[in-house]
Amino acid sequence: MRGDLRTYWLLARAGFRRQATYRLALAAGIFTNSVFGVIRASILVSAVAGAGAAVAGYDARSVSSYAWWGQVLIGSVALWGWSEMADRVHSGDIAADFLRPLPLHLTYLAADLGRAALALLARGAPMLAVGALYSGMTFPAAPTEWALGLLSIALAVAAAFLGNYLVNCAAFWLVEIRGLTLAYSIVATLLAGLFVPVHWFPDWLRLVAAATPFPSFIQTPVDILSGFAAGPAAWRAVAVQVGWVLALGVAGASVTAAGRRRLEVQGG
Amino acid sequence: MPLTPAAIGGDSIIDVDRLTRVFRRRGAPALAAVDGMTFQVAPGEAVGYIGANGAGKSTTIKMLTGILAPTAGTARTCGFDPMRERRDLARHIGVVFGQRSQLWWDLPLQESFEILASIHRLDAPRAARRTAELVELLDMGATLTQPVRSLSLGQRMRAEVAAALLHEPALVILDEPTIGLDVLSKASLREFLIRERRERETTLLLTTHDMGDIQRLCDRVLVVDHGRLAYDGTLTGLADAVGVQRVLVVDLDAPTEALHGIPHTRWLGSEGDGVRQRLAFDAKVTTAAAVLTEVAERAGVRDLTIDEPDIEDVVRRIYSATT
Repeated sequence: MRGDLRTYWLLARAGFRRQATYRLALAAGIFTNSVFGVIRASILVSAVAGAGAAVAGYDARSVSSYAWWGQVLIGSVALWGWSEMADRVHSGDIAADFLRPLPLHLTYLAADLGRAALALLARGAPMLAVGALYSGMTFPAAPTEWALGLLSIALAVAAAFLGNYLVNCAAFWLVEIRGLTLAYSIVATLLAGLFVPVHWFPDWLRLVAAATPFPSFIQTPVDILSGFAAGPAAWRAVAVQVGWVLALGVAGASVTAAGRRRLEVQGG
Repeated sequence: MPLTPAAIGGDSIIDVDRLTRVFRRRGAPALAAVDGMTFQVAPGEAVGYIGANGAGKSTTIKMLTGILAPTAGTARTCGFDPMRERRDLARHIGVVFGQRSQLWWDLPLQESFEILASIHRLDAPRAARRTAELVELLDMGATLTQPVRSLSLGQRMRAEVAAALLHEPALVILDEPTIGLDVLSKASLREFLIRERRERETTLLLTTHDMGDIQRLCDRVLVVDHGRLAYDGTLTGLADAVGVQRVLVVDLDAPTEALHGIPHTRWLGSEGDGVRQRLAFDAKVTTAAAVLTEVAERAGVRDLTIDEPDIEDVVRRIYSATT
């Protein structure tokens, strides 16, 4: 078991280094994140200002914080566009993955945690400065709050990855999954609370969101890091994230097992 | 680590019984890529698994390694059920799919070896010793710090083989390991595999289109055609089985009439007004010496060569005989 932990550490490190080789993409990512952040923060802050009072607990500063913490996370938490595994199923390259004595979903998860760590440092951290300068943001006050916030980010990355992984598993059954990944991205992005806070949703939609893992991807770590959720509420939110990571992990393992029996790699 | 017969659960390291895999196809009837295949491989054997494109070679290998589920029949590899015990099996086999990489594309080659050593739970001294050995034997010293994507095909194939053999597996399965390699790269890879087998008594299963691989590496040949086993035996036996003939080419002192009617031979043709003539004969019925004696009675022989059966031709005949 200890040996396997080292293996996952090395796989994560490989994911980190692999991502670090794409310097130009990182620079472009920082630029895009900043522009997108300025737009989001401006709209949200003016919406709150237009309402003339706090909206569902958000004043101008806290909604700016919400917007910019979302920008910090967006490079790390993969909400859209990941189809590497589905592509490998369709090309047959997945055969090489199955030759390793490791569970497939954990192999990929480790690599993604490494990728996310680099994205957080290289693409996320600069957003703290941009956000603080542009429209202001709130940071955790105590080291324990920082630690809980970072743990929440890691859980958000894992949960979002495992969600994508499950969607990619559809490739075992379907020849084409682009429509499915697109639909998933739209729903996930909305219910994760990336466009507007989940707290602003109408009651029925908030209930729908609460029944899904999506708020754990963005809203939960943003709430904790911006101080919107504190104390026991923050710990409860992290416990919910842990639950979703475990549930999605178990689902990933069993769907892989079922998909493996359906795999068709012809030739080569 | 060598597997004992007790650990394998029998005398065979590969045991395939009526193995079948059917692929469903859109707008076409289902295809039995592997169709009721039965064979065994004993530990330490080196088996060439040959056949035309689409004959079922790769599909068989993917069922032996736990990648594809059989439609019917059973496969046991190193004593494991490959589908149910994929991860246990993976610790005992080393596999190279010539067209699919198991290396980390964007990272220096040595990181792939480091990760694979950890995946296979090699302790640090053993990992270092084995990596150093493979780097030396496969001449990879200069490429270790290069990203895998920048390696030439020959360099990458050597790295793939090293990656598959890092944990000293009891069974090595190579699917087209020499595809696209130049003559020198092929030769050095073969030398390495011969040495590995000699020193570790590794079992080898090899698919290839290159008959040189089979001749140099394998003591047994399985020919697969349309998902079925068409031949199982030695390479020379294969040539005998399809009745391939050897060809005697003689250079004569002077232009000579066509050498028809020499016992047990067939006249194939002549060049230069009959100075060079070609005669096919069956080595089971007559000998090169007997044919030569007959020829010498008709004309002075200055030089001669004997063309051995072309193995590609042998396989082609097997295919056409079974279709």
